[in-house]
Amino acid sequence: MKGIPENHYLNAARGIKSWLLTLDHKRIGVLYLFGIMAAFLVGGVFAMLIRLELLSPAKELMEADTYNHVFTLHGAIMIFLFIIPSIPAALGNFVLPQMIGAKDVAFPRLNLASWWIYILGSAFAVYSIATGSIDTGWTFYTPYSTESTGSVVSMTLGVFILGFSSIFTGLNFIVTIHKMRAPGQTWFKLPLFVWGLYATAIIQVLATPVLGITLILLILERVASIGIFDPAMGGDPVLFQHFFWFYSHPAVYIMILPGMGIISELVSVFSHKKIFGYKAIAFSSLAIAFISFLVWGHHMFVSGQSQLAAMLFSLLTFLVGIPSGIKVFNWLATMYRGRITFEAPMLYTLSFLVLFTIGGLTGIFLGALAVDVHLHDTYFVVAHFHYVMMGGTVMAFLGGLHYWWPKIWGRMYNELWAKISVAFIFVGFNMTFFTQFILGAQGMPRRYYSYLDQYQPLHGFSSVGSWVMGIGFIIMGIYLVHAIFKGRPAGDNPWGALTFEWQTTSPPPRENFTVPPVLTHGPYDYDKIVPERTA
Amino acid sequence: MDTTGSLFLPPGSSTISSEFDALFYFLVYASIVFLGIVVFSIVLFSLRYRKRGVEETPTPGISHSTKLEITWSIVPTILVMIVFVWGFRIYMKMNVVPRDAMEIKVTGQKWFWTFDYPEGANTLNELVVPAGKPVKLLMSSRDVIHSFFVPDFRIKMDVLPNRYTVTWFEAPEIGEHNLFCTEFCGKGHSEMIGRVRVVSEREYAEWLETSGAGGEELPPDQYGAALFVAKACNTCHSVEGKRLVGPALNGVFGKPVMLTGGGEATVDENYVRESILEPQASIVAGYEPVMPTYQGILKDRQIDALIAYIKSLK
Repeated sequence: MKGIPENHYLNAARGIKSWLLTLDHKRIGVLYLFGIMAAFLVGGVFAMLIRLELLSPAKELMEADTYNHVFTLHGAIMIFLFIIPSIPAALGNFVLPQMIGAKDVAFPRLNLASWWIYILGSAFAVYSIATGSIDTGWTFYTPYSTESTGSVVSMTLGVFILGFSSIFTGLNFIVTIHKMRAPGQTWFKLPLFVWGLYATAIIQVLATPVLGITLILLILERVASIGIFDPAMGGDPVLFQHFFWFYSHPAVYIMILPGMGIISELVSVFSHKKIFGYKAIAFSSLAIAFISFLVWGHHMFVSGQSQLAAMLFSLLTFLVGIPSGIKVFNWLATMYRGRITFEAPMLYTLSFLVLFTIGGLTGIFLGALAVDVHLHDTYFVVAHFHYVMMGGTVMAFLGGLHYWWPKIWGRMYNELWAKISVAFIFVGFNMTFFTQFILGAQGMPRRYYSYLDQYQPLHGFSSVGSWVMGIGFIIMGIYLVHAIFKGRPAGDNPWGALTFEWQTTSPPPRENFTVPPVLTHGPYDYDKIVPERTA
Repeated sequence: MDTTGSLFLPPGSSTISSEFDALFYFLVYASIVFLGIVVFSIVLFSLRYRKRGVEETPTPGISHSTKLEITWSIVPTILVMIVFVWGFRIYMKMNVVPRDAMEIKVTGQKWFWTFDYPEGANTLNELVVPAGKPVKLLMSSRDVIHSFFVPDFRIKMDVLPNRYTVTWFEAPEIGEHNLFCTEFCGKGHSEMIGRVRVVSEREYAEWLETSGAGGEELPPDQYGAALFVAKACNTCHSVEGKRLVGPALNGVFGKPVMLTGGGEATVDENYVRESILEPQASIVAGYEPVMPTYQGILKDRQIDALIAYIKSLK
């Protein structure tokens, strides 16, 4: 079908209540999308304020104390409210059941509960910001977080609650993927995005409780003075770091694995060619999920942990890097002898390949023990994780957002403006963060409100880069919203893709498919079929 | 010895730095090669295999290549294992303190460093060491976690409140180097910057003679001015009216101030002395009770000099 269908999930029911109490995974995905985009906007404004303040060593617009709150909130909001739920809970929720030919996820009520818990957790975060906010860094390191005067308890309680939303989504996806696949859709006929979500869900369910326990212990210490981490009360602050990273390192893979899943889809669809090394990509996701639990100590090479522990964590860190490298080669090989087109989702895919590679290679610097000693807690680390999280996950998220936008709303955005926006974001991103590799290696410590004059030129350049990137995001916001109301109809399958979600209408009907789909070909069989493109 | 630094790294000024730099630049060049392969493939495939014309035919069904996949798994694995062993060996050198090292006690606190020398002297924010002699740093914190980082030496170690940590260095040449705190510790974190001054053995001996003080022969207010910087008062108190972590000190002497919890005090000799030795006793309204005590760090004569200096500030 080429136009917009008469009945679809967006007009199946009307009124605000039909949205807030919906059991439709697509609507819940859209609700999540609004939530995370709001968080991304707020976190992004904080990022711009940070870069503005760092334009010069002198005070630009805020005091040290305010700056410490701003960088803490930038990190906490981007990690807990944006990037963790971004791909799984928003895009994954919308697409996963369609990709396996199901009407919905296994537990629609649990799915709705997950979104409401996300809102509740966010409310605690907002309450914390309104009642003094926090200045501990998103990592809440003790004993600073035990004695800091900010509103630490409400923020950590918020993050604790958000953890449940993440666990619910993960649990739901595991059961859905096991039990609800279409007839004939065996594990190795699943789209790789589903494999990515599956590996992510395992980490969400197994690792998130550890964060919850850690934060509850921190709250107990602050509220009831039970000494666990604060040496003044007989606790051990390094224990907090172990607990915290036992969750937060696997959490890095909660962030990147679904992004890798999206890239696997996009590189195949826009090369119009079979994915190279399907099984290698699928299994490397599981390998990453497994090893990710065993590398937390690489955040603590200079924390005073034993040299033996440091040595083992370094070794395991290098091992977890290998599957990611294999994936990059597989994606490149997929382009070989393809028929490549360069719409916005593909441009984000190529951006991902370059930026994620830089992020991965600089991870090798940080995994090497001696090199980490010098680079630890400098801007090199800041640059590294922005290349992985923003250059990796966010680029994949934006690629997926542009790829499924016509499926979600039934309408296309303006392709030219999309290309202009990618260019701004890619150039601005590299201006902002590549300079920070040099800053860090030159010794510039992170979380500094002010700095020595020698670092000013690079800091200045980085701040200008953030404005270029900001322009790109403003353009994107405008054309994406415009597309919802005024875009031309996309049709069922604007990209000529083979996965199930493109066989239904755009937007899909309430129950996804009018006729339950049956698997007749694999998700990447571009060597057998050339699907018709509707846009 | 590299004294100018390079694009990425500051000048290397310790016995370990050249080994570190070799591994670092090996990683830089290896990364450039790998990134080059990725970018080259993207550009080549994008140009060569871009869609041309309107024909829509199936593309080749290349599903995998065992040989290729084994190659691109094994080669990077071997390379990272080399980097792992290389990095571990230098790391052990960074951690094993030579037997003949002299030991200096380092204390981190919000927001300055104190150094206690084996001969009995102490300094704040300035670590003075002799060139060509290994120096062991035995470190602990009085409050939250700090981290001791000298970029020119390529060393860093967290400084903890509940246990001692150790690092060491040997600087072969005389010179001055930045010292940063790299573990976030609050308002004054970015002001917690010190210097490491590497001097000749003879100069070090002379410096110890004066027990690191110097300036006692000056008039009290000038001596106080020197102490104001040497004892890191300037980290939190400005003398030109700017609000830092603590109140500015110019023009306050002899004037009344409002205190936290009501009440008023006049800034006189006794008030300043109390603020230095028992800083939590009377806090100026609008400021947090975060100043550490200087009990045991300053002698009476030095407190007198600081009072004279504050008196002189307009």
